[in-house]
Order: sequence, then structure tokens, then C-alpha cells
Amino acid sequence: MSSANCLVTNDWICGEYLRSRQQELIDATVQHVWITTISVAIGLVIAFPLALLARRGRGFAGPVLGLTTTLYTVPSLAMFSLLLPLFGLSAGLVITGLVLYSLTILVRNILAGLEAVPEDAKEAARGMGYGPVRLLWEVELPLALPVLLAGVRIATVSTVALTTVGSIVGKGGLGNLIGDGVDTLFKAQVLTASVLCVLLAVVADLLLLGVQRLLTPWTRIRTPRAASAEAATAVKAG
Amino acid sequence: MRNIGEAWPWLSTGANWSGESGVWHRLAQHLTVSGLAFGLACLIALPLALYLGHLGKGGALAVNISNVGRAIPTFAVLALLMLTPLRSQGDVPTVIALVLFAVPPLLTNAYTGMREVDRSVVEAARGMGMSGGQLFLRVELPLAYPLIMTGLRSAAVQVIATATLAAMTGGGGLGRIITAGFNTYNTPQVVAGALLVAALALVVEGLLVAADRLLDPRRKTA
Repeated sequence: MSSANCLVTNDWICGEYLRSRQQELIDATVQHVWITTISVAIGLVIAFPLALLARRGRGFAGPVLGLTTTLYTVPSLAMFSLLLPLFGLSAGLVITGLVLYSLTILVRNILAGLEAVPEDAKEAARGMGYGPVRLLWEVELPLALPVLLAGVRIATVSTVALTTVGSIVGKGGLGNLIGDGVDTLFKAQVLTASVLCVLLAVVADLLLLGVQRLLTPWTRIRTPRAASAEAATAVKAG
Repeated sequence: MRNIGEAWPWLSTGANWSGESGVWHRLAQHLTVSGLAFGLACLIALPLALYLGHLGKGGALAVNISNVGRAIPTFAVLALLMLTPLRSQGDVPTVIALVLFAVPPLLTNAYTGMREVDRSVVEAARGMGMSGGQLFLRVELPLAYPLIMTGLRSAAVQVIATATLAAMTGGGGLGRIITAGFNTYNTPQVVAGALLVAALALVVEGLLVAADRLLDPRRKTA
């Protein structure tokens, strides 16, 4: 059987599909990557002050964690649909939904990281005359990095998977190809896009692991605390 | 809010609640599929996780499997299953996809729960001459219970939430109200469906939290 025929016979694996639809696959992957990247980046920018707020005491922690957990419970399809009247069929809709989901994981992990900073280290810094801002940036944040970055990894991997659901509004990156492929019963397209999506998540995770190693050279071995924080986090389906 | 206002007339129309594509029928489909998938996932994951946790073996697998699971989009699994002969088997593709989705976190949480039981308590029980079975039933299981229940609760809620995605590949359930709304450019219906789905997830979460509080005998001391 020649390779071009696999499109006609609708095979799962098809070299001709990869060749002829190369541009389409690249475009979808690029869209997937930027939607994921922007969502996690905005998520971090919002999660950080929220975590600092939650740290100020139980009065703040309860509502902040409660709200982000509640948002996480909302099914992704419903989240994107509820944002439809506000955003229309746009990438902004998908990004907003993904940001809201990433907050749950990010706020929790930033908070856990900051709370794991040894009191001795903070005392020593205060004794040396560090003010609250310098204490945060130069002592607490670096020591919180391992747990914080573990959270960024989890948030990124689940955001890659969740982005596919954005295909409901036509902005789902590789999810668009999966959605169209199901409608037209196009096996090679669905399988290729699905595999690329998983690969994307794995590559993103490894890249972030590299960043984590570079930024925190003192933790060559993952601390049990970071590992258990990771283990206890729930998943969200994409 | 304008969007919730738009949905109200749709929700208050009796005709939208009855019939094959009405809310009640979709809700029944949704709960049937979710319940079946959750039950099967528990049957697969819990015995394995508790056994591995009791032995203290297979930890790397049990912990890492949920990381792997997170990277696999359920939408993609549903789509792939819909292109196999299972397509004509009704809810079977949805149930399989949801089981695959739910097993990893259930496994990880139950295993973690078992392993976080205080080792000195386990050693003491063993020193008192408890057998492996007694140790498991009288010491490890009761102490791991709260964490196992938390894992079950979050998995149950996420299964119900994820069952919505079945609609995107032509399956049943409440998600169909949303996708049908998208297909007919009926935004009020999309928002109404989304509100129903979100409400279902939040109500189930609330009920399970309440049940957990009532049933856990040790929560008062915690």
C-alpha cells in the first residue's frame, strides 16, 4: 500500500497526512503553545498577590482558597460557555478560563512554599535588618521556589490538556484538530493531534524541570514535601 | 449579570426540561455515566492502591501515574475512542474515558494516604503481634481513611465535571445542552446549560463535603 493511500483508507498512522497537513499542524501547535504560555503567565501574576493576601491570616486565606477551589470545581466546558457572553468566540475567553483554573494550583503551591520557609531563616534576616519586602524577595521567595515551581509544572501540564476544550469556541490549538477529526471521522488527524498534545505537555514539564534545577541548585533531590504537595493535588480534565 | 439574565427564560421554560433532549433526561444520563465510571474506577484503583500501600511497594508508579494522567487530555481519549468500533456502543466510550481519567488520581491519593500513616504506630502494632491483615484493617485503613476519602471526593466531583466533555464527541449528558446551544447559536441555552453543569458539580461537592464531615469519626479531634 503506498503512503498516499493511507488518507483514503483512513489509517490511524499516516505519513502522507503529516506531510500534506504540516502547516495546519504547526499552526495548531503554535496556537496551543501561546494560549498555554499566556494563561500560566497571567495565572502566576494573579496568584502571587492572592497567595500573599491569603498568608496574612485565616480571615483572608479562607475566602481566597475557597474561591479558587470553587472555580476549579466548575467543569471546563461550562467555564468556557459562561464566559461566552463576555468574550464572544475569542482566544481571550479560553485564556480567561485557563487562568482561573491555574489559580487553584498556583495559589496553593505558592502559599505552601512560603509557609515552608524555616522560621530561623526569617529571624536571621530580620536580625540583619531586612525589611518585609527585602525579606520576601531575597529570603522567602528563593526558599519557596522548589514548591512554587512544582506548582507551575502541574499547572502547565494540566493547562496544556485543558486547552483542547477551547475547541468548543474554535480556539483550542490542537484540540481544534481533534474536534474536527471526530466530526469527519479522520483517524490520522485525531491521533496525531492527541499525541502532539501529550508530547507538548511532556516537553513543557521537562523544560520547567530544567528551569527548576537551574534556579534551585541546592535541591538536587526533590524534597519529600514538594513531592507530597504534588501528589495531593487534584486533576482537571481537558 | 446580563448572561445569567439571558439564561433565565430558557431555564424557566418547562419544555426545555422534558423529552429526550430535556434537562431531566440529560441529567439522568450524566449521573448514570458518571456513577458507573466512578464505581469502576474505584474497583480498579482502590484495592491496588491499598495493597501497594500496605506492602510499601510500587510507590514511584503510584505517585507518578497521576502526573502522567494529567498530561493526557480526556477530550483526546474520548475522540480516539469514538473512532473505534466502540462508537456504536452507546455510553461505553464515555465510561472508558472517565475510568481512565479517574484511576490515576484515585490510585495516587489512596496510596499516599496509606503511606502517610505514622510509621511508629505501624511498628508498634507489628510489635504487638498483629498479622498483616489485622495491621491493615485495624491500623492502616482507619488512619488513612480521611486522606482516602478526600481523594475519593475530589475524584467523584471531577468525574461528574469531566462527563460534560462527552457531549463534544457526540455523547450524552448535560454537556449536550451546551453543545446543542453552540450548534444553533443559542447563547442563552449555552449559558443555561453551563449554569446547570456548574451547579451540579458544586452541589455534589457540597454534599460530599457534608457527608465526609458527618461520617468521619475523628474529625472532631483533628
